[in-house]
Amino acid sequence: MRIALFVTCLGDVLFPDVARATVAVLERLGHDVVFPEAQTCCGQMHTNTGYQHDAVGLVRHHVDVFEQAMARGCEAVVAPSGSCVGSVRHQHAAVARRSGDEALAVRAEAVAARTFELSELLVDVLGVTDVGAAYPHRVTYHPTCHSLRLLGVGDRPLQLLRAVRGIDLVELPAADSCCGFGGTFSVKNADTSTAMLADKMSAVLATDAEVVTAGDASCLMHIGGGLSRLRTGVRPVHLAEILASTA
Amino acid sequence: MSARDEMLARIRRARGDASEGPPVPGSYRVAGEHAPGSDAVVAQLVDRLEDYRATVVRAGGDDVAIGAAVAAALAGRGIHEVVHAPGVPDAWVRGVHVARSDDGTASARDLDAVPAVVTGSVAAVSETGTIALDGGPLCGRRALSLVPDTHVCVVRVQDVVQTVPEGLGRLDPTRPTTLISGPSATSDIELSRVEGVHGPRTLVVVLAG
Amino acid sequence: MSTFLGMPQGRVPGPAADTAVGQLTGDRPFPAAARDALGNTQLRRNLAHATSTIRAKRAAVVGEVPDWEALREAGSAIKADTMARLPELLEQLEANVTARGGTVHWARDAAEANRIVLDLVRATGENEVVKVKSMATQEIGLNEALEGAGITAHETDLAELIVQLGHDKPSHILVPAIHRGRSEIREIFAREMPGVDPGLTDEPAVLAAAARTHLREVFLRAKVAVSGANFGVAETGTLTVVESEGNGRMCLTLPETLITVMGIEKVVPTWRDLEVFLQLLPRSSTGERMNPYTSSWAGVTPGDGPQEFHLVLLDNGRTRALADDLGRTALHCIRCSACLNVCPVYERTGGHAYGSVYPGPIGAVLTPFLTGITGGSDPNDSLPYASSLCGACYDVCPVKINIPDLLVELRAEHTEAHAARHRLPTSEAAAMKAAAWVMADPKRFARVGRAATRGRHGIRQGKPVLPLPPPLSGWTASRDVPSPPAETFRDWWARTRGDRP
Ligand code: SF4
Repeated sequence: MRIALFVTCLGDVLFPDVARATVAVLERLGHDVVFPEAQTCCGQMHTNTGYQHDAVGLVRHHVDVFEQAMARGCEAVVAPSGSCVGSVRHQHAAVARRSGDEALAVRAEAVAARTFELSELLVDVLGVTDVGAAYPHRVTYHPTCHSLRLLGVGDRPLQLLRAVRGIDLVELPAADSCCGFGGTFSVKNADTSTAMLADKMSAVLATDAEVVTAGDASCLMHIGGGLSRLRTGVRPVHLAEILASTA
Repeated sequence: MSARDEMLARIRRARGDASEGPPVPGSYRVAGEHAPGSDAVVAQLVDRLEDYRATVVRAGGDDVAIGAAVAAALAGRGIHEVVHAPGVPDAWVRGVHVARSDDGTASARDLDAVPAVVTGSVAAVSETGTIALDGGPLCGRRALSLVPDTHVCVVRVQDVVQTVPEGLGRLDPTRPTTLISGPSATSDIELSRVEGVHGPRTLVVVLAG
Repeated sequence: MSTFLGMPQGRVPGPAADTAVGQLTGDRPFPAAARDALGNTQLRRNLAHATSTIRAKRAAVVGEVPDWEALREAGSAIKADTMARLPELLEQLEANVTARGGTVHWARDAAEANRIVLDLVRATGENEVVKVKSMATQEIGLNEALEGAGITAHETDLAELIVQLGHDKPSHILVPAIHRGRSEIREIFAREMPGVDPGLTDEPAVLAAAARTHLREVFLRAKVAVSGANFGVAETGTLTVVESEGNGRMCLTLPETLITVMGIEKVVPTWRDLEVFLQLLPRSSTGERMNPYTSSWAGVTPGDGPQEFHLVLLDNGRTRALADDLGRTALHCIRCSACLNVCPVYERTGGHAYGSVYPGPIGAVLTPFLTGITGGSDPNDSLPYASSLCGACYDVCPVKINIPDLLVELRAEHTEAHAARHRLPTSEAAAMKAAAWVMADPKRFARVGRAATRGRHGIRQGKPVLPLPPPLSGWTASRDVPSPPAETFRDWWARTRGDRP
């Protein structure tokens, strides 16, 4: 299948390893990955911070870029981020409608219908759970809020992780509670965010895992930033990177 | 403009033209899978009531059997005096030393001096362990089943239904109605349920039939 | 922007609630108030314990209902239908209450509602009233208004009593004293309750028994009661109060006069609609299959209960919310408190940080819809930001209020109101505009991304070499920042796969 990679702005600039890993997994499975170079950002930060006017242009740009990719034969769009896929699927049309652009809303809905988070694409669209990965480490999985609730990915990431050879997967206590990131929430309400993060870190440390993984680079950046500040030695590793690993 | 007219005008302006809501999906369960009065609903009612720390006593369906169960339940608690709803058959309270029928004159303070009350009920819902009193002759005025510290409530098996919709369907919304699910309780301290606050601290349900 | 964009053509919002009357706003923005709460470890322990207990109970009793989702759908649809037919339903409710011997009053705002209740109490000649816990009367500050006129209001709900005796404020819509642990409650009772047994222990059963003894005499002598209502049935004029302790029954039954204050959004079309809400509400709120007591009455019943009944219908900003498609859904709330109990922000900060009587996720949307967003530094302007948008509230809401969407909408209304009222944009608005400008063009975006990779030398051991200004310093206070990579993904792609450098 020809698949367009929606790298996300954060993935492009701060976490290219995650994006490269996404490409590696899909290519290993025999798919053709395309990177529409005109893409920039889905506008989630603008929308969630109250700048929907500014987000409209970004939505339009995103729709233009991925509509074209689909016109060129891409059957699906994938992003290694539950949050950005959540923005495309649940916010783009609403942002367009709020600005009075019904035509854009309809186009956004069409793009959203073909856009998948990585674990959704692998399990639902491509029908695989064993991607041929090996990762001999003790790992705990944090199901990020947008993957869990906005997208409803359920246990798809866990299905994928369970099929990884050599992995020692340990359950995270109170896994479904938010890590406290929430985009600009983490700076606007930094104290509350930090209190949430502290509880998440305690849960991670209680598992004795070497690695904490998730399907969102942003939440991992948050949890990892806290774990690193405390010099805990627990590494944040994105789900895509584990799935790409072969040794 | 009166407050009434101004508020209604505000609501009309805020609502706009649309005056039809969306259709209400009726896809939830109305009737349960078990028939009213069946063994399954009765067993479920007992389970729920006991979970609420109510005492459940089984009795035969005739008034004499009910009376024996009422008398035994009260005697077991050292209670020999009751007030009862005006429509309660004499036979239900014959075994109690002092039994007064409520004629509506007793004040709240008078009722507070009586240790127990005996009433009937008009419906019960097994899934939620709920008993309905409708203020009619069998149930009495609302103060009656509220102020005395022990409430002995007779529930007839044929009045037990499975679901909340079935139960509410048996009630007349214009009557003063009380739905009772166990003795009074609170979850206000650390969100743990504790039985026994202002309403009757002891609820004895005589399941008849 | 003179009006808000979410509002369809031709709909005019009613006036905002006056924040000077009642308790719909605090004195500081949420982040500042939250900081104090976060520093109180006893509070954090109490809240974590209570909310985790109730979450588990709720999950268990919701899990056993096979048609839970169908009930939520029905509850949501009934509320939407109610809002669409609100004027007709209220007129019908009024007609039926009146036909059954009650009197209906209309209150445009908190001050008017307080005045109506005060006049009614004065007319009875009494100088005390008993009260059933009611959010509407807390919202309008009725107790303070009564006290100002020399009338004592006895709160009779156990948690309200704890709050009242502790000279405290409620912090939860269902369990106003959720922030207190049992040992604190014991201390408050021992100190403040006249004639209490000095040997009082902190067993919840013992504390509940002390409250029973304390209030018994008050119930027996009270001539006037004030209540709220969970539902008002238009078709029959039936009012319903859902409670646990029996204090509600005492207030609704024993006094001679009953005054019920009800928000206009609490009307439901038919008695049958209660078959949906009486399943949704108890399981969502106290995590019980059914609450111990639900009382219903229609007007006055000769020989049974109060012989004088007044219903006060309250607007106080509700018609403002009604004009907005999303704000209208905030009026669907049945005050179960499930969203508070699952909210990770509420769990850490507690209810006082929200300033309003409506805390937690629903408070963060309902309060600003009622009082209006000023676009300035009003504390309520900070409420829509008091959420990480994790969505746990939406998952549990029995009437499916999409609180995260409402928060996002209110944030937009806030920035737009600010832009409309100020000549200069905030630094945040300017930064957002700049970011949008960069991201609108892939070439610009690529250049900025490349610059970021060069900026990685400015980060040492997770900390920027130069300290960041607020609000970014809020990040680095507790978390390291990742070092940018040597190369962006797009540059890597272009170098290894693309045809452009
Ligand atoms: S918003 Fe929903 S979950 Fe929250 S209190 Fe209201 S009804 Fe309950």
